[in-house]
Amino acid sequence: MTFFRPSFRHPQLPANQAGYYLRDYEGGISTLCAGCGHDSINGAIIQACYELSLEPHRIVKLSGIGCSSKSPAYLLSAAHGFNSVHGRMPSIVTGANMANRELLYLGISGDGDTASIGMGQFVHAVRRNLNMVYIVMNNGCYGLTKGQYSATADKGSVGKKGEPNLLESIDLCEIAIQLGAGFVGRSFSGDKQQLVPLLKAAMSHIGMAFIDVISPCVTFNNTPTSTKSYHWVREHSEATSTFDFVPFRQEITTDYENGSTEAVTLHDHSVIYLHKKDPEVAVTDRRQAVDALEEHKEEGLILTGVLYVDPESEDTHTILNTSERPLNSLEQAELCPGSAALKEINEELR
Amino acid sequence: MKPIQSCNDLVIRFANVNGSGSASANNLFARAVFRLGLPVSPKNIFPSNIQGLPTWYEVRISEQGYLGRRGGVDMVVAMNGQTMHRDYAELQPGGYFVYDSSRQLPEEYERQDLVLIGLPLTNLCNEAFDNPRMRGLLKNIIYVGGLAYLLDMELEVLTAAVELQYRKKSQLIPPNLKALELGYDHARRHHQGRCLLTTRRRDDLIGDQILMDGNAATALGAIYGGATVVGWYPITPSTSVIEHFGRYAERFRREEGGGRLMAAIVQAEDELAALGIVIGAAWNGARAFTATSGPGISLMSEFLGLAYFAEIPVVLVNVQRAGPSTGMPTRTQQGDILACGYASHGDTKHLLLFPSTPAECFTMTARAFDLAERLQAPVIVMSDLDLGMNDQLSPPLNWDDDGRYDRGKVLDHDQLEALEEQWGRYRDVDGDGVGYRTFPGTHPSKGAYFTRGTSHDEYSKYSEESDTYLQNMERLVQKWETAKGLLPLPEERPAEEKAAIGLVCYGTTIFSAQEAVETLAREGLAIDVLVIKAFPFQQAVVDFIQGHEEVLVVEQNRDSQLRTLLLVECGLAPEQLTPVTSYDGLPIAARALVEQLRTLLASGQSTTTTVTQGGAA
Ligand SMILES: Cc1ncc(C[n+]2csc(CCOP(=O)(O)OP(=O)(O)O)c2C)c(N)n1
Ligand code: SF4
Ligand SMILES: [Mg+2]
Repeated sequence: MTFFRPSFRHPQLPANQAGYYLRDYEGGISTLCAGCGHDSINGAIIQACYELSLEPHRIVKLSGIGCSSKSPAYLLSAAHGFNSVHGRMPSIVTGANMANRELLYLGISGDGDTASIGMGQFVHAVRRNLNMVYIVMNNGCYGLTKGQYSATADKGSVGKKGEPNLLESIDLCEIAIQLGAGFVGRSFSGDKQQLVPLLKAAMSHIGMAFIDVISPCVTFNNTPTSTKSYHWVREHSEATSTFDFVPFRQEITTDYENGSTEAVTLHDHSVIYLHKKDPEVAVTDRRQAVDALEEHKEEGLILTGVLYVDPESEDTHTILNTSERPLNSLEQAELCPGSAALKEINEELR
Repeated sequence: MKPIQSCNDLVIRFANVNGSGSASANNLFARAVFRLGLPVSPKNIFPSNIQGLPTWYEVRISEQGYLGRRGGVDMVVAMNGQTMHRDYAELQPGGYFVYDSSRQLPEEYERQDLVLIGLPLTNLCNEAFDNPRMRGLLKNIIYVGGLAYLLDMELEVLTAAVELQYRKKSQLIPPNLKALELGYDHARRHHQGRCLLTTRRRDDLIGDQILMDGNAATALGAIYGGATVVGWYPITPSTSVIEHFGRYAERFRREEGGGRLMAAIVQAEDELAALGIVIGAAWNGARAFTATSGPGISLMSEFLGLAYFAEIPVVLVNVQRAGPSTGMPTRTQQGDILACGYASHGDTKHLLLFPSTPAECFTMTARAFDLAERLQAPVIVMSDLDLGMNDQLSPPLNWDDDGRYDRGKVLDHDQLEALEEQWGRYRDVDGDGVGYRTFPGTHPSKGAYFTRGTSHDEYSKYSEESDTYLQNMERLVQKWETAKGLLPLPEERPAEEKAAIGLVCYGTTIFSAQEAVETLAREGLAIDVLVIKAFPFQQAVVDFIQGHEEVLVVEQNRDSQLRTLLLVECGLAPEQLTPVTSYDGLPIAARALVEQLRTLLASGQSTTTTVTQGGAA
């Protein structure tokens, strides 16, 4: 589909530090249903990239299959994109990242794509602490195949077809925390205030930054009885803390009170300032992070915000001790040992 | 019954218990034969087991240079009680039965047509060595010493081999040398003149050839071909490709100073991810590969379709083993020809290479990266367990320092900058069916595109237009045609006289096939041989088949898979190709093949499958 889109939108927004305008981060016109949560998340991603002054062509956007996985087509048209196969985005990102560690890898997936068919690839990308931003647009159902419950649908939640979901749900954030993701957050597609800084923090983190964004499917799972509906999430979410994200290079102007604010400095020297409701809960403690999620669940609440950060975590390249140069930039002279070395090998085999 | 008598032409089978340390002793023996200048082909016949089950090691020595499995055993070294009677029963009449005579042979060992050679291995070992753990290992060395005498080998070759093998653990040299001598002396004192199988050093037979397993050569090919990203999942018999790659990377790919590795070897969660990693890396401009076997191929099919349709240059090594399903994981077969040729749903076909020797494993793997990048398509190197895991006599590995990697059609920053017309990822501007690629991060405003497994137009835009889809699919056919000009050509081995019969073979089958053809030639039956090296098949293949009255296709699978591929792809009539197959999991044996070809050609019957059993093991 091609639509004409005027190029003079957002006249009020100036160029960012890298000289790009907001429109430079946009993509093709969305073909998702009007009101689909995924579109709002795409808007937030565009906003976050713009605010971080990233160079669009240094971002790589990848996905699996699903309505959510179509998203890369709707943002960052100056970036290379890869819409792979169902559930397999994490392995494609792993390879891409191994080939060139200098780009920002943005993986977009759905709850079906990640929590069912792609569960194996998801958990192992997390285990490797692959340096990427992994976004799940979580609507509790398979949008593209017309609304079947997914593995993240809450037990008892009732979608459009009227039958309740009878199976346990998988909490991807808990899994990500347990398996070693360095950054884990949860948000809601309708909460741009929270989502944009959360994405910015994730993009600045080195290692696996996993964000589960609850994203209502207006067509199949937005009934009042669905726990992934706009209505339900608005009524039942509670933030861990409000927070500010201060990218490296930006001056810190606000003073924060001691005690209630925790500052977490990321590898790239960006800082997350968390203004917490409960100053006791440390966001850098795995066990507390999982407990907090479970406690809120017991009360029927969805905990959102930055759930866990380990700024010291080592990414896959560090673990494998690979060259600091992108492997795809190495030339034959460095890679090929040549005939003299082969002569030696032949000699050893005689 | 006269004992078998021959010089430099024999088959010895070592029957051992898996995990008993026999492998290094047997290897030592095979290397010593090689160092005597004799063509040798050792074959491991081993179970899918770490410890306890029977395992055999069959060494063929052939002055004529025949490297295929011969069939029939002239001498057995029976070190495994579980299989001893079977090993005894399967010996050829006139054969030699070497056993541990520390215990008496039971009564049922009453064949009159064998030469029994008892070596009191356990007793000798216990008397000479104290360390109980070492005893088990040294017992194996004692029989190697015994064989050295029996086969009239130069003991110095063996002692030199021991010294080389243990140069890093020199405290092990003296006990090993002692064990060798114990065996040698015992045999000299008790079995003088009893063994008529002999070896003689030859300086004119093997030239500059090397002894190497195919998987090591494949790994080295990947190093020389510039692979930097590896995704893999362990599976016999392909695992050692990756292990060797890791070792060679340690040797050749450490950065100076920092000591970081100029390669990323990622052990994936399964074969799906392994190929996904390769696809992601190759798409992003690195040379990448994976190695697997049948079950992995099944799992990779989905991604192979993506790589075919999105046109991503991946290199995949398939070290084939006996299927279906888990099949016989440690037995050999050429059973994945169709599964690989047509892997994945929809109209897909893949480029295949068929190496026969370690030297070909090396060059074909290195070249596979050029082909994959030039053609922007998966290339599958079709090795097998026999080639991959057994030491093979091979021409030396060869590399031309003047050759340059062919990175195919890739637009860099300056080329993108200079572009005036609109670039389209899948536009065929050169008429060869291959478009120009770009890598992420190259240029701020030009060259970005969206890779997808969905139908796409020349600009990689999603399209369900029938015409667009058809055009794209036809272009892929065009590319397939282009590939024929780039892939290695088949090798013709004409008979000395004009032949009406042709024989087509590939991979590890060529050795026994060639031997069978030469044997039949001596009987006056001329057969031309064509060794296929790649799929798609070139015109030379069709010409060869059309140029013969009868063509036999010899291969190691039940369903004559290459024959099927030839029939389908070359538009032949079924009666033009006669299937000859051997698929019992053992490397195809020359003697049995000769028998089968004789009967087949005498009966004038075609299109019946003839199974040439390799013989039990
Ligand atoms: C191997 C395979 N199986 C099934 C499908 C069909 N399929 C397409 S999308 C999808 C589910 C997508 O769900 P989700 O990831 O939650 O994305 P959403 O559409 O909800 O955003 C399925 C099952 C497929 N494309 N590939
Ligand atoms: S079906 Fe649901 S998930 Fe898919 S686009 Fe429509 S609203 Fe969004
Ligand atoms: Mg979904």
